[in-house]
Order: sequence, then C-alpha cells, then structure tokens
Amino acid sequence: MDLTAETVRGIAKLARLRPNPEEEQRLIQDLSAILEFFAQLSEAEVDGIEPMAHPLEVDQRMREDEVTEPDRREDYQEIAPDAREGLYRVPAVLDSD
Amino acid sequence: MHEQTLLEQAQALQDGEVSSVELTQFYLNRIQAHDESLNSFVTVTGAQALAQAEAADRARSASEAGPLTGVPLAHKDIFCTRGVRTTCGSRMLDNFVSPYDATVVERLQAAGMVMLGKTNMDEFAMGSSNENSYYGPVHNPWDSERVPGGSSGGSAAAVAARLAPAATATDTGGSIRQPATFCGVTGLKPTYGRVSRFGMVAYASSLDQGGMLGVSAEDCAALLGTMAGFDSRDSTSVDHPVPDYQKELKQPVDGLSLGLPKEFFDDRLDARIRASVEEAVAAWEGQGAQLVEISLPNLPLATPAYYVIASAECSSNLARYDGVRYGHRCADPEDLEDLFCRSREEGFGAEVRRRIMIGTYALSAGYREAYYDQARRVRQLIRRDFQQAFEKVDAIAAPVSPVLPFRLGEKTQDPVAMYLIDCYTIPVNLAGLPGLSLPARPVDGLPTGVQLIGNYFDEARLLGLGAAWQRETDWHRQVPPGFA
Amino acid sequence: MSEWETVIGLEIHTQLSTRSKLFSAASTQYGAEPNRQACGIDLALPGVLPVVNREAIRMAVMFGLAVGAKVRTPCVFARKNYFYPDLPRGYQISQYELPIVEGGEVEIELQDGSHRRIELTRAHLEEDAGKLLHEGYAGESAVDLNRAGVPLMEIVSEPQMRSPEEASAYMRTLHGIVTFLGICDGNMEQGSFRCDANISMRQKGEKELGVKVELKNINSFRFVERALRYEQQRQIDALESGKPIIQETRQYDPGTDRTRPMRVKEYADDYRYFPDPDLLPVVVDESIQVELAKSLPELPQARKTRLIKQYALSADLAAVLVQSRQWADYFEATVEAGAGASTTARWITGEVFARMHKDSTELAEPPVSANSLAQLLKCIDSSVVSNSAAKEVLAAMWKGEGEAEEIIEARGLRQVGAGADLDQWIDQVIEAHPDEVEQYRGGKDRLLGFFVGQVMKASGGKADPKQVSEQLRIKLQSG
Repeated sequence: MDLTAETVRGIAKLARLRPNPEEEQRLIQDLSAILEFFAQLSEAEVDGIEPMAHPLEVDQRMREDEVTEPDRREDYQEIAPDAREGLYRVPAVLDSD
Repeated sequence: MHEQTLLEQAQALQDGEVSSVELTQFYLNRIQAHDESLNSFVTVTGAQALAQAEAADRARSASEAGPLTGVPLAHKDIFCTRGVRTTCGSRMLDNFVSPYDATVVERLQAAGMVMLGKTNMDEFAMGSSNENSYYGPVHNPWDSERVPGGSSGGSAAAVAARLAPAATATDTGGSIRQPATFCGVTGLKPTYGRVSRFGMVAYASSLDQGGMLGVSAEDCAALLGTMAGFDSRDSTSVDHPVPDYQKELKQPVDGLSLGLPKEFFDDRLDARIRASVEEAVAAWEGQGAQLVEISLPNLPLATPAYYVIASAECSSNLARYDGVRYGHRCADPEDLEDLFCRSREEGFGAEVRRRIMIGTYALSAGYREAYYDQARRVRQLIRRDFQQAFEKVDAIAAPVSPVLPFRLGEKTQDPVAMYLIDCYTIPVNLAGLPGLSLPARPVDGLPTGVQLIGNYFDEARLLGLGAAWQRETDWHRQVPPGFA
Repeated sequence: MSEWETVIGLEIHTQLSTRSKLFSAASTQYGAEPNRQACGIDLALPGVLPVVNREAIRMAVMFGLAVGAKVRTPCVFARKNYFYPDLPRGYQISQYELPIVEGGEVEIELQDGSHRRIELTRAHLEEDAGKLLHEGYAGESAVDLNRAGVPLMEIVSEPQMRSPEEASAYMRTLHGIVTFLGICDGNMEQGSFRCDANISMRQKGEKELGVKVELKNINSFRFVERALRYEQQRQIDALESGKPIIQETRQYDPGTDRTRPMRVKEYADDYRYFPDPDLLPVVVDESIQVELAKSLPELPQARKTRLIKQYALSADLAAVLVQSRQWADYFEATVEAGAGASTTARWITGEVFARMHKDSTELAEPPVSANSLAQLLKCIDSSVVSNSAAKEVLAAMWKGEGEAEEIIEARGLRQVGAGADLDQWIDQVIEAHPDEVEQYRGGKDRLLGFFVGQVMKASGGKADPKQVSEQLRIKLQSG
C-alpha cells in the first residue's frame, strides 16, 4: 500500500514534525514499505481474542492521597529553554479557551 | 584486573587486594585509552566516580560495605542521573541534566556501586545497530568495522572491551540481548515489571524493561538482586519477592526440560550460528537437561506486531518533547506550531521520526483497529503460545540473532530489513518474559550467542542454566584482541 | 414558529477535592505561586511515571453510587493525544472506552415545582491541564502548570434537557450532589465546577438530532441559562431563515450576552486514544463499594424532604438551606444546640446570608459558630432581646466581640420582660392619658398603637413591643 504525500503531511502535522520535501519523499517510501510489512498481521486468526494491553495480568496499585512532592521550581526551571519569573514562556497562543 | 568478573573484583575489594579508588581509576584510564575508537561512552563522570569510590573505600574501612560496594559500572544513557547529563542518544536531550535519579540508579548507588559514566545508545533506544545515536555509532570491539548491536550498543561494547565490569541496559525488543550477542557478553532482560522503569526514559512503555550486561551470568545475578524489586513510583512494577539469585544459581540442570521451538530454528537463521546454539544446547543436555521440541505457531507475526505496538506507544511517549520545559528548542520560533514542529524535527533523528510517524498513523482514526488493535490481538496469541509452552518445559533455548554482527552502514537504507534482525528477541518482550543472552562459540572471530527464555519471574533458572554453561566454557571470558 | 424542540446535553467538569493530584503527590491547593506545585511528574520529565490517587477513585465511586450508576470495574485510563503548551505530556490521561461510572440519573426540580429525571451517560476521571496566561508577556504566552494533573471528574448527561431552564436546574442539582458528597468544593469562580453545553434544535416530533453546537467553559448557573437562551434563539433564527447550523464550538461572553465561534484549529483533532500502558486496569472491590454505599451522606433532595418533615419548615426555606451542605449542616447544628427551628431557618436565610454576602472579604464560613448563633436565637425566642436588638448583637458577634449573652449585657440590650419596670411604664402611660383611655374603652381599638408607642418611649426602646401590647390590652380592659 502506497501512502500519498497528503497522508504523510497529515500525519506529520498530527505528530508535530515538519519534514522537508526530500525527507517527505523518503518517508512516503519507507512508511509504505513498513505498512506493507505490517499487512501480514491481517492473516492472524484472532476471532474472540481480546487485544492485550499489558504483559502481566495485574491490577493498578494506588497511592494514598498525600502531598509529598516538595517545591523544586528552581531546579526544574534551570533546565528550561525559556522560563522567566517562574513561568514557562512560549510564542503567543492565539486560540485561548 | 580487567579480565576479572565483577564478582571477582568485589571479592578483591573485600579482601583488601585493591581499593575502589584504584579500581575506578583503572577503568577510567582504560576508557581514556580505548574509547576514542569505540565511542561507547557519551559522558564519562571521572571526578564523580572517584568521589564515589573514595566514599566506598571509607565505608569499607568503617565496615559498612555491602557485597558490591566500590565496584564500578556504567549506566546506559537512558537512565536519569541527577546532576548528570542524560541524553538518551538524542539531540533532543543533548542539554538535559536530569533533576532526579532513576530508581535503578538509586538502588545501585545505595549498594555502593560507582558510576563511571553514561553509555552510548540508539536514540531513544530505537535501533538494532547503535547507528542511530546523535553521538555517532559505537564500534564493535571485535571488529571496529562492524556494529555492536543496539540499542544498548554502548553498554555492550564497553563491557566487551572491559571499559567497565558491567553496565545497565534496557530491552524493548532485544536491546540487551542482541548487543550482548554481537559483543560476546552476557545480558539479561528480566520479566516485565521485575525492575522499576521509573527514571528510565520511555520508548514503548508496555515493552521496556531494564536489565544489565556483564561478563558472566553470575555477575548479572548479583546486579539483578540489587536492581530488582517493587517500586511504588512505577505502577507496572510487580510486588513479587526478590530471590537470592546468586544462591539460586547452584540449582542443578539435571532433570530440567529445555524447549526448542522450531520457529526459532528456521531458514532465517545463519547455519553457523545455528551450530553454536546447538553446541550450547548439547552441553545442557550433557548436564542432564531433557530436550523437548516445541512450537510457538504465532511467532512469525511477532515482528510486525511489535513494530506497530512499539511505534504507537513511542509516538505518544515522545510527545512530551515539545521544546517548552526542557530539551531542544528551535531558535526564534515564529509561532507555537513552529516551536513544536521545528524543535521536534531538529531534535529527533531519522529513525525516531520514522517511528513516531508510523505510530501516529497506526493510532489514527480509521486505522487503529487494523493496526494497533490487531497487533495487540496478535500479542495475546504470542503470549498464549508461550504460556502453553511453559506448561511443558522449564525453559526455552533459542538463538538471539539470525545474523552475525554486520558492517556499519550495511542495513541503514532498509528499515524493514533492520527490524527483522530482532525477530528472535521481540517475542519475549511481547509476552513480557525474561530472556538471557549468553556468549557461544564465535564464528570467524565474531561473537555469537544463545538465548534462554524463562517463565515469568523465573530469572533464577535462566541464570542457573547460564552459569552451568559458563562453568564449562570460557567464551564469556574472552576479551577482544585489541583490548587485552 | 413554535414547533422547534431544543435538545441540550451537558458535560460537567468537577474538580475533585483531593489533597494531591490524580497521578502525582504534588499539592492541589488553589492560589500558589506559578509552577510551585508542579512536580517532575506534572512537568512530564523524561522517565517519570503516573501512580493513581486512591482518593480520586473513591470519590468517583461515591458519585456513581449516589446517582444509581454502574461502577465499572475494572476501569481503564487512556491517553488522549494532542499538543498544547499547557499539556506537558503531549497527552491527557483520561478514560475513554471503559470509564469508572456508567449510567445513572438525577432528578431535577423546575421553577414551577415540577420534577424531571435526566439520565447520565457516564462519568470519567481525567487530569486537568495547566493554565496559559496571555496578558503582559510582551506578545508571548506564559505557562503555569500548578493545575496540571489536578483530578477532574467529567459527568456527561444524555441529551435529555429541553430548555435552558432545565439545563440550569440540572447543573444546580449536580452541584448539590457533588458538594453534599464532599467530593468537590463547588467553587465556580475558581473553576472547580464548570460545564460545556451541547445544544441543537429539531422540529417537534422529529427523532433525528439536529446539528449541535458546543458552548465551552461556562462557570455559572446564570450564564448557562443565558448562553443557551441566546444560542437557542440564534439557532431558531438561522433555521427559520433557511441557514444551516454549523457544527462548531462557541464561547459565551457574559459582557455582551452573546455566543461567538471559537477559533477553529487548523487541523482537525484526532486524539488517537489508547489504553495508557503506564497504568493498569483499576479494580474497585465489591467490599469498597459496599463500604462507600453505607457512608454516603444524605443528598440535597432527600435532605430537603427531611428538613420539611422534621422541622416543619416551608418548602421554600428548606430549598434555600439545601443549596449547600454547609448551610444545611449549620442549620441543623444550630437547632441541635437548642435554638428553635423556624427562628433558625429565618435567621440563617435572612440575617446570616445577608452578612455573608455583604462582607467584601470572601468568607468560606460564618465567623459565628452554630453554637453561638443558637445562644442568640434562644434569647430571641425567650424574649430576652428584641428582634431588632438581636440584629445588633449578631453584628457584634460577627466582629468577634463575644458571645450573645455578654454583648446583650454589655450593651444593656436585655429586653424588659413582664417585670416591675414594664408594669410601671404602662401604669405611668395610662395615668398620663385619661382621655385616650376613655376613648379606647369606648371601642376605639386603634389607640392601642398609640399606647404601645408611649410605653416604648418610656422604656427607652428596651421593651418588647409584642409584650407591651399584650400587657396593655390586659390593663386597659381590666381598668
């Protein structure tokens, strides 16, 4: 199955990637080959088989409702590309909600 | 000194034959002398290592030392280390100094072990040759023209070249076992949930598992005893008792049944590797193991199922790298979309971007059922195959890789061909089982390996079989010629 | 013209009152400095993992039990994938195919006293996003992640409401339920309780639903009604002039009392939901459900009925009291401390409420305890103080000047009862006005007011007018 450039662009948009035209060509080729490789999955006999989410059949353990995390804002923001006055900064977000 | 196993070094420290500072300095010197050609380390933490070694020596003189106190090791650069850069082999995290320690790092440090540095790896653990690192490929110490395997190529090469007595690693689809085989070292991927994933940068959460690479099965047992165990910070870690693995190693092989799945010995397997694997199997038979031919019928679909699931999970796991809170941020973003798209396009390498794309596609509206859900059904079938097998046998023996270590650049143009290299390791991750890779008779001077697959939480049995084989052979003790 | 039927469904987001976040041990307290309550997990540092807060699960189960829903076990957390600067992981952990609460229904009461049942589709747990700030950052936006990871329960109704009034009543009813359960503080200004409303129109009798419009983030009962009323009219106008309704998301602006379309995202969202592999299925043991079912507090509807019965309150007063659990509790505690039920109800809904609203500083609870209030109200009922004097006493108590008795004494507000003083004043007045006494006894009843006034004047305002008039009547007749 061959992907179209349009599909590849759509996925890239969803994934927030921006391939240049050359890479886009390469991606069309590679992804098409990979999808062809995936196609054999449809041969599996999976009637009545539930999709498996987890290797182990274990239930979620839960945490007590206690506040144990200290304020480490300075540590965390030291590694931020752009944080000022305690806030992370980004280009203007237009569609505020 | 470097020819010793980790446990032998621990003994030497205990006997006062060497200090941790001496041992640590010795390895730092070896790294300095040899790593330029190997490129197995991304970061060497010399000063910190010596400080930890001094502390270990002090603890020893105060009689506060544990069995592993003062023994050096390296961490795969996927484990977060507080105050030390943690790159995950990616430009995205080139500047990322972790503000916290991974549970694995914490536990090994608490045991008194000394961190030599962080090892190179395929970017975000995606790769089978270590050619996908932002910091350049790692070279195989047995033949520098060849790849060391991946994604834990740095850890495997460093241990093989004895630049570290052991190293932590992770295995999502074979990333411990395959490089172990390519480099001639021992590698264990524990049961999913056995070792905490907290602080281990995620690639594919339902498949990732931390483990180790060492010289011998015994070394792996010692490290596993320290690393394993329940962690309240990882919901998927299992509250299951941690046995004394080193003690369990002495269990006899006699009377065990060893399954040989025919699907693992198919025509994809290099005949020379097959011979090495059969030699190992014969050795266990000689020790009293009973060989049983078994079948895992759904195995051929494991590789595509794995790449769908791993890519889908990675597309979501890697969404956090958006240039806002840490990591790479593009210069002068025009707007928000530009910030996201350009930071990610620049920060991720080609293979990572490819998997994010394929994973995004596999989860997208209209395709999820055919790809992601179908792959998870196949995963269920594969787990079932294994469960049925373990009703008949105690462990399964198999090859690790169908091919010998290949040349750098040989497979980089064909992603699917690269994916198929992991066909014998992937099924184990899908089922969440433990797998051990042991060095076997080399072929034309290149290492090969044999894989043991166990039932859930049956690491001790695998390590016992491994130790029994290693007591009869010395493949695991061989050091590559250039690093003797 | 009037053959249109309005179809409304609400999605209500309630912030659960846990101390820590849904998946991390950072504080949820409101009002902290930016990013001081955002820990490594909330920031989505590489390698961190979520762990579920037990209390949030318990709260959702309580809600499920309270509305007669099915508590699904196991339920599953799923990832909703999208990029936004206030969403650190690049996905929101939510529930999709297997939510914790399924079904259930609530009864709403309309203005005219009629009742309707509204069915719920589901309620699921999810984490809140952070906050984006736009003003004063030199053309940039700023991100505060304190709110990121705060537990929310989204309650989805079936599209069964037929008018803006019903929607508002439904919202009030749910507000009452979650606050009475103690699982949400109900604070709408801080966004602890907000809703998205879906509204569409169809011809009466038509089975198919019309094209729906979503109104986002409405945080008041009044606004939900106004927004829907505007939108209802807008849609009817459009349909009647032959214009199609566009499926879109709109925002209500209380300033202009209009809705307007929100900016359409460039690329349609495809959330790519899948079960979160970092979390396992959540099992709610039968025993926990039984335990929680037993400990469920009385809900507003039931409490109202009981208040009417037990305290002989009017339906109106009871309705006002059960608008919040705090006031219903305050009422019952005051009565418990010895005050009369009807005086208590009138005083709480009158004087106390007025004071709560008058104070410009936001009071979470009245500064006068139920016990203290009861002491004052007892003084009223036993005529120790007059009503008007009691107001003065309450004002002083409000300022923390002491208990009722102390203030009454200190200010000399003790009402003069049927003692010597009152007798004396009455006698004085009768003596001083023989003509009027004559006229009164001659049948001019209206003069009673005049005598009361005179006695009050003589008492310096301390006498209880009710008692004065009773005593006067007796004395004037017996003379």
